[in-house]
Amino acid sequence: MYSDNHIKVLPAVDNKRPVNLDIGSISLPITSYVSILHRVSGVILFFAVAVFLWLFDASLSSPEGFESVKAMFANPVCQVIVWGSLAALAYHVVAGVRHLIMDFGVGEDSFESGRNSARLALGVAIVAIALVTGWIFLW
Amino acid sequence: MVTTVTSLGRSGLSDWLIQRVSAFVMTAYLIFIVGYLVMNPELTYAQWAQLNQALPMRMFSLLTILSIAAHAWIGMWCVLTDYVTVRLVGPKATAIRIVFQLGMIAITLLYVIWAIDILWGIQVNG
Ligand code: HEM
Ligand code: HEM
Repeated sequence: MYSDNHIKVLPAVDNKRPVNLDIGSISLPITSYVSILHRVSGVILFFAVAVFLWLFDASLSSPEGFESVKAMFANPVCQVIVWGSLAALAYHVVAGVRHLIMDFGVGEDSFESGRNSARLALGVAIVAIALVTGWIFLW
Repeated sequence: MVTTVTSLGRSGLSDWLIQRVSAFVMTAYLIFIVGYLVMNPELTYAQWAQLNQALPMRMFSLLTILSIAAHAWIGMWCVLTDYVTVRLVGPKATAIRIVFQLGMIAITLLYVIWAIDILWGIQVNG
């Protein structure tokens, strides 16, 4: 059902089949942004897992390794990489929890409630990312 | 059906459920770890190693990395099958997508092996 390999198709540039929704040309509601950011953060996280494992590995390798992880938080390049990874994690989890709650049937009954929970999720994510930022750069 | 063979649960419904259960496990782990770090601001290596080599914690960590693997596999499959399509990429889409999916699966398995290697190599006394 997902397979397109036995359908004969023209190369993409010559393909004149209509596209249902040209999302580049319309303005989207907040729910769309919350959703696409969840996807973007998920893809970032796929690679961020390597960062988390590297931190975990170093912190458990030896007392020196543990200290090196702490010292690493003073290096700006490392800070930015860890920050990006944790910010993606924070966003993905908050938007993911919203997703799970809606899967249980809460708040998915109307566009109003979906929009409100999208706003709430965005707000919580911003606070979480602010905490991560403070922890890495200010503390 | 060359393409669905690369999905994890082979069906949308089981993939959907695995995606939720794994999200739940990862969230529990995250809350635990963040809570632990916040409550132990003066954390030492000895304490950290002690915590992570305890069997229940190893099991929790193992369960989490397996959840990450299943979740990432399913999630990346969704994204790849949405964008690496004939309409967006051209007639080679299926071949390109299979290459990306195999690469993604290989990275996922490496993550699992790496995590097991970390968890079963912890030395409390350095
Ligand atoms: C996903 C990974 C991680 C997250 C989400 C996380 C999050 C946090 C948070 C929220 C705090 C509290 C900050 C504060 O109280 O000011 C903290 C503190 C700390 N974290 Fe992490 N952390 C992570 C990984 C690590 C790792 C791998 C180490 C290993 C050395 C580490 C070492 C510390 C230390 C030493 C503190 C104490 C800060 C203090 O003295 O207040 N963290 N972490
Ligand atoms: C570090 C590990 C993680 C990675 C690599 C990851 C990656 C992904 C990816 C790529 C997707 C697909 C996005 C899409 O199809 O639009 C996804 C979906 C999802 N993620 Fe994660 N994720 C991780 C952790 C989490 C956590 C901790 C939660 C907890 C709430 C979570 C909740 C979800 C949910 C509920 C979905 C399904 C969304 C849908 O059905 O559209 N994820 N994840």
